[in-house]
Amino acid sequence: MNKTIQPFNHSTIFELLEKVTDPEIPVIPIRDLGILRGVEIENDLINIIITPTYSGCPAMMEIEKNINNTLKSEGIENFKITTILSPPWTTEWMTEDGKRKLKEYGIAPPNPTNEDDIQCPNCGSQNTNLVSQFGSTACKSLFKCDDCLEPFDYFKCH
Amino acid sequence: MNENLFNYTIQQADNCLILGQRLGEWCGHGPVLEQDIAMTNISLDLIGQARMLYQYAAEIQGEGKTEDDLAYLRDAWDFKNVLLLEQPNGDFAKTILRQFLFDSFNCYFYEELMNSNDETLAAIAAKSHKEALYHIKWSGDWVIRLGDGTGESNARAQTALNELWPYSEEVITPSEADEAALESGYGVDLMALSERRKAKISEVFEEATLKIPENQYNHSGGKTGRHTEHLGYILADLQFLQRAYPGNEW
Repeated sequence: MNKTIQPFNHSTIFELLEKVTDPEIPVIPIRDLGILRGVEIENDLINIIITPTYSGCPAMMEIEKNINNTLKSEGIENFKITTILSPPWTTEWMTEDGKRKLKEYGIAPPNPTNEDDIQCPNCGSQNTNLVSQFGSTACKSLFKCDDCLEPFDYFKCH
Repeated sequence: MNENLFNYTIQQADNCLILGQRLGEWCGHGPVLEQDIAMTNISLDLIGQARMLYQYAAEIQGEGKTEDDLAYLRDAWDFKNVLLLEQPNGDFAKTILRQFLFDSFNCYFYEELMNSNDETLAAIAAKSHKEALYHIKWSGDWVIRLGDGTGESNARAQTALNELWPYSEEVITPSEADEAALESGYGVDLMALSERRKAKISEVFEEATLKIPENQYNHSGGKTGRHTEHLGYILADLQFLQRAYPGNEW
C-alpha cells in the first residue's frame, strides 16, 4: 500500500525482453526457449537471470549483449545479468508458443515422447530419417524427409 | 587456497580443453561434412565445460585471475590432463577410439560428480552430464560401425585401439587430488567408476568385434604434469595469440 510506484516492474521487463531472441533462431524470444529464468527487482536494481542451453553455446554472449542493448535503449541502466547453471537447462522449459514458432521457422520442435518419430516441418510427413546426430548448432540434429525430400533441423530433446 | 580442490577442478578442465582443441583440429578436414560438424560440436561442448571449470578454478585460486589466464598462460607442466587426450588425431578411427575411451569415463564421472558436496562442481556436472551422454552415443556408435564394418575399417579401428590402450587407464587411476577429493566428499570414487566403465567398454568392443589388447602397460604422468611431447605442440597452437599479443581480446 505504501509501495512506491516503480517505472518498471516484472511484467514490463518481461515484455521488453520479448524482443530478445536467440541469434541463431531469430524468431524465438529467449523466454520461449527457457533461457530467461527470471527477473528480480530489488532496491531498484533489476537482475536478469539467464541460463545457457549447452555449456559451449556461443549464442550466450550475443544474448547478453542483446539484453543489454534492449534495456539500455529503453533508458534502463540499473540492471545486471546473472548466468546460472543449476538447474540445468532442458527443452522441457520450451513453451508451446516457442515450439509453434520453431516449426513455422522450419525447425522440427523437440518430441520427448519419441525421438525416432519426428514430423517434417515442411510437409508434415512422419516419414523422416536421422541423417546426423549433430546439426548446424549444438542444440539441433539433422533430419531428412523421405516424402518431400527436404533436409531439416530437429531441435533435439535435452 | 584449497590446493586439492583447485587441482581436482583443473584436472578435468584441462581434459576438456585439450580434447576440445584436438577435435577442433578436424574443423574443415572431417571425412564427411556431418562428421566434421559432429566433432566440432563435441569440441564446443567440451570447451564450454572447460570454461565453467576454469572459471571456478580461478575463483578457488583467488588471485584475481580469469579462465583465460588458466587456459592461455600456463606452461605444459601446469596442465593436468591425461595423456590419452593429447595424443594426435591420427585417422578418423583413432580419433573415434580416443573419444570413446574418454567418453566412457566422462559420462560416469559427471553422473557421480552430480552428488558432490561442492555445489559448483555438482552444478557443472549436472549441466555437462547430458552432453557427455550424447557424446558417448556418437563415439560408441562409431566404434561399432568401424569395428564391425569393412575389413579396412576394422583393421584401422583395431590398430587405433592397440595404440591407445596403454593410455586408457590413467583417467581412472587416482592422483593425489583425486584421493583428497574423494576423502573430502566433493570427488568421485574412481574405483567404482572403473567397474562401470569397464563394463561399457567390453559391451561396445564386443559388438564392434574389436579385441582388447592383452598387453596391459599403463602410461601415466599427465595428472602430475609430466606430458608426452605432443602437449607442447598443442599449446604452441592454442596459446600463440596470447603469448604474442598479451591481453588481446576479441
